[in-house]
Amino acid sequence: MEVSRHWRLKQQRYALVGEVCPSCQHKIFPPRDICPDCGQEARTTYQFSGRGEVFSFTTVRNAPTGFEETAPYTVALIKLDEGPMLTAQLTDLGEKPVEIGMPVEMVTRRLRSDGDRGMLVYGYKFRPALKAA
Amino acid sequence: MPSTPPPEVYVAGVGLTPVGEHWNVSLRELALEAIEAARADAGGLRPQALFAANMLAPALSGQTHLGVLLADSAGLRGIEATSFEAAGASGGVALRQAYLAVRSGLIEVALVIGVEKITDRVGPAVEAARSMAGDADHEAVQGLTPAAQAGLLMRRYLHESGAPEDALAGFAVNAHANGLMSDHAFLRRAISVEDYRQAPREDDPLNLFDVAPLADGAAALLLTRRAALPSGGRPDVRVAGSSVATAATALHDQADMLGLSAAAESARRARLQAGVESDQISLFELHDAYSVFAPLSLEAGGFAERGQGWRLAAGGQIGLTGPYPICTFGGSKARGEVGGATGVYQAAEVVLQLQGRAGKNQVAGASTGLAQCLGGAGATAATHIFVAE
Repeated sequence: MEVSRHWRLKQQRYALVGEVCPSCQHKIFPPRDICPDCGQEARTTYQFSGRGEVFSFTTVRNAPTGFEETAPYTVALIKLDEGPMLTAQLTDLGEKPVEIGMPVEMVTRRLRSDGDRGMLVYGYKFRPALKAA
Repeated sequence: MPSTPPPEVYVAGVGLTPVGEHWNVSLRELALEAIEAARADAGGLRPQALFAANMLAPALSGQTHLGVLLADSAGLRGIEATSFEAAGASGGVALRQAYLAVRSGLIEVALVIGVEKITDRVGPAVEAARSMAGDADHEAVQGLTPAAQAGLLMRRYLHESGAPEDALAGFAVNAHANGLMSDHAFLRRAISVEDYRQAPREDDPLNLFDVAPLADGAAALLLTRRAALPSGGRPDVRVAGSSVATAATALHDQADMLGLSAAAESARRARLQAGVESDQISLFELHDAYSVFAPLSLEAGGFAERGQGWRLAAGGQIGLTGPYPICTFGGSKARGEVGGATGVYQAAEVVLQLQGRAGKNQVAGASTGLAQCLGGAGATAATHIFVAE
């Protein structure tokens, strides 16, 4: 069980809360307290919109432990509207083929399970944007 | 006070075990075989320090503390021994540490041993162990695996370069052609471009032939000063350049992921130290755990323009007789992907080439060789340049 490990990330995992650098205004996700752009301290929280577009994507066929039940699944690099890139699974795809540049939006879903008696880990996934931003 | 220059560092001997599914051999036995071969090749030199390279033993074998384990089981109890882990770059990183030790003058003979025992486990456990090299909280938690990272990179590479879907076929064809003739390669059969086109899909756009097979293996080499080299009537091989560089841990945090910045930077530093330009390199052992890393490494290393590396394979220029021989013993694709041992295999392969001991895989007139291994999706890169004297 790794309860504290996931609990302490709840703000970023459930609400996409990152940081903004007070020196250069660079938006930071995930939060890391140091601006990766200018190296200054950056602890000001910033609420991301949850909107972005697909930068690249693939299908995982050989899943690691904890993800066997959902394989094959689509995982993507998402370029957030505010700048940063993140890795997330795509969900609610329906019949629509995924394409580079496709607009997507964040939703909260189950990420992995650790067996019948283990914990369920929830967090962000992205789905095709329902309406124009 | 007069200062003496730091000692130049030479390779005294190499040992390679055949890569494969060695169910009857343990981690320590595999390492012992490579260490004994390297020591025999070095005229029986005894190391004062052991530098172990391994990535997966903690997760797959329940074993940490490999430095002492391997020293103890190789009859070297008592010597300094440490293990180094930098995912797929572990071998190059351990080699770098051994190089620094000999170069410092404090260690006269250093042993580098790269070992990986993967096939005791299969399926999700192996995928989970290999995924630990990424960012656990922001990549692995999304189910991202090394193969998926390669799929993301390959789709983006094809998208940005405008290369056709089968653009990378030539890299797999070349690796298999070279592996066919190699005594230590895991896969020894040739494939055609048509085989590549017909291969089953993996993490798209990857197909089966874009993915190097995971296997067990161990390779070792001994570094020392020139004065301690065994007399063997073969060219001396000097470590002329050595560099490790890093980028962001997570693929998504790399500002220019197709630029493979750590690979580019470590290659640049190693070339600068060695005083060697790209066009003086006789062969390049690059880390093709997935085929897309071949063009990316060629571009980062200055052998091709951005987005053009795939053309070298399509044009047949990477073969043993071409201008840019790569993966001369099969690379990860045909030799087998041996995780943290990769960098030591690569270095040993370059040494065999520079000493004219590569048999049917010999690159004629090889005098300068480059070895580069990658940890994660290019997060760590270790580059070494070897020169025959």
